[in-house]
Parts: sequence; structure tokens; C-alpha cells
Amino acid sequence: MGSRLALDDGVYLRNSVQTAAKILVVGHFAVGKTTFIGTLSEIPPLRTEEVMTQAGAGIDDPKGAPGKTTTTVAMDFGRLTLSEKLVLYLFGTPGQQRFVQVWEDMTRGALGALVLVDPQRLDESFPVMDLVEHYGIPYAIAVNHFDGTPTHSLDEIREALDLLPETPVVTCDARDQRSSADSLIALVRYLQSRLN
Amino acid sequence: MTTDDEPELEHEAAELVRPYVITNGRDLLDGSEFSLITLVTVHADPPRTKPLDPEKVRLLELCSGGFLSIAEIAGHTRLPVGVVKILVSDLAREGHLYSRAPIPSAQLVDREILEEVLHGLQARFG
Repeated sequence: MGSRLALDDGVYLRNSVQTAAKILVVGHFAVGKTTFIGTLSEIPPLRTEEVMTQAGAGIDDPKGAPGKTTTTVAMDFGRLTLSEKLVLYLFGTPGQQRFVQVWEDMTRGALGALVLVDPQRLDESFPVMDLVEHYGIPYAIAVNHFDGTPTHSLDEIREALDLLPETPVVTCDARDQRSSADSLIALVRYLQSRLN
Repeated sequence: MTTDDEPELEHEAAELVRPYVITNGRDLLDGSEFSLITLVTVHADPPRTKPLDPEKVRLLELCSGGFLSIAEIAGHTRLPVGVVKILVSDLAREGHLYSRAPIPSAQLVDREILEEVLHGLQARFG
């Protein structure tokens, strides 16, 4: 909890770290975001909560007060120290439209997003892709392969998701470190190509 | 297999904590100078001040071990991010905490960071 004594040495960043960067790992419910983050993170994944004021459904009262409720939404994240000076945070971000406030906080300063998709539930990825595009976050698609998943070709998935030709589509196994790292590398290479 | 993947859990804030109590009634405004990944730690020479609220004491204890991000502080203390931002903001203003300078938001910088991220991932997992 809050006590320093309860935390082991790996909790704190190296003193030399100067810069923190952020990549979002997004996708629909139960697509494997937390698994992916846990596979790559150097710390046990942590959970944060954002408090949001949510307007009541269908209410647009200029006086404000009625119909507003406060809710929290939880996000899981992990950490990767990538050099003496740089740390990368991976934030698992829920994909529902109603969490717009969270998205504004999450996307601010994000380098890009990895969109995890389940090939058996491609249509459930549409809302989260709409959000990523709305916030102008460049992204790559990582098709998370579960055991026994019928394999669609990446071209079929690209077509089903109506992607731009340059958007990378890779497969990954969120439980496998090398595979998960490779999909992040594919995203970073794509982000680099966009700057050239 | 992905039953652990439930970041969408949602509940009434009142059941969790009383944020307005902890922040002395101030609103949970975003747009503060602190982001989720702002890195903070304690000053080696803390100022002498009147006794701090228990939540602030707890936060300073946590931060005394080295640098942590705002998100990590929220994760370890189980306080909402908005509350942590306000507490950290107070503690920074009072001279208890300081932060690493935020990244200038420029594409020039992104280029260097991306290069470093790529090399870091390749070195670590390649």
C-alpha cells in the first residue's frame, strides 16, 4: 500500500531517468490488454482510477446540476525502463464512448496506440478504433491469437476493419513476451515512418 | 482466459473514497500541470511546515524512495488520479516534491524518443 517499507527495490525508477513516454494499449473488453501489459511490464501491473462526472443520459440542462453522477473508471498500466534516461508506460485503456474524459487524459502526449483485436469479435473493435481516430492517435493493429482461434488472413482482417493501407497489422500472443514486444516494435517503426 | 482483463470496472466514486474530503473540497479539475506520466519525488531538504494531512504524509512517504509517475502514485495509494494530481500539486508548491521537467510537446522530440524506444525494445526483447 502506501508505505515505503511494503515496496521492494524495483518499485522506483532509476535516478537517471529523465523522460517518460506513453503508449496506449487499447481494445474492447477482455481482448487481452491487461495480459499484454503484464507480459511486458517490469513492475506488476498497477491500476489507477479516474473520477469522472457523467451527464445523465439525454439530459442537457443549462443549469447543470441535476442528472450528473460521478463515476470512476479503472485503467491498468505497466512500465518499461528502456534506457538510462527513458521510461515507457503502457496504459490499457477501455474503449467505451462514455469514458471520453478518460480518453482526453490518456491520449494527451501519447506516442501512439496499439489496438488489440480478437479475430472472432472484430466488430467489437469498431468503437475503440473510432475513438483512437477521433483523437488523432496513430495506431497499429495487433491481432491477439487465442488458443483454437480460427485464423483469418491479415488481409481479411485489414479489409474487415477498413484500415488505411499504411496501418500495420501484426499478429501477437499477448502471453508471449517476444511476440508482444514485436508488435510494439511494429507500432514504433510505423510512428517513425510517419515523421519522415 | 482473459477474465483478468477488466479495466472497465465502473462504480460510484462515493463507495470508494471521499475525494472531496481529501482535497479539502476542491474540484477534481483536470488540465493541471501534472500528467499521468509526470515523474515526481521528494526534495532532499523538505520545508518546515505545519503538520500535513494524513493523505499527504502517506504520499510523501511513498515518494521518498525515488521517482514515480503520477499514475504509479495513484496505483500504489489507490487514490483516484484526480486526487493525486491535486495533492502532488499542493506538495510541489509547498516545496515538498519536485517533478522532472515535462517533455516539450514537439515532433522533433518525438523523433528522438521514438528512436530511443525502438532501440530500448530491441535491446531488451530482441
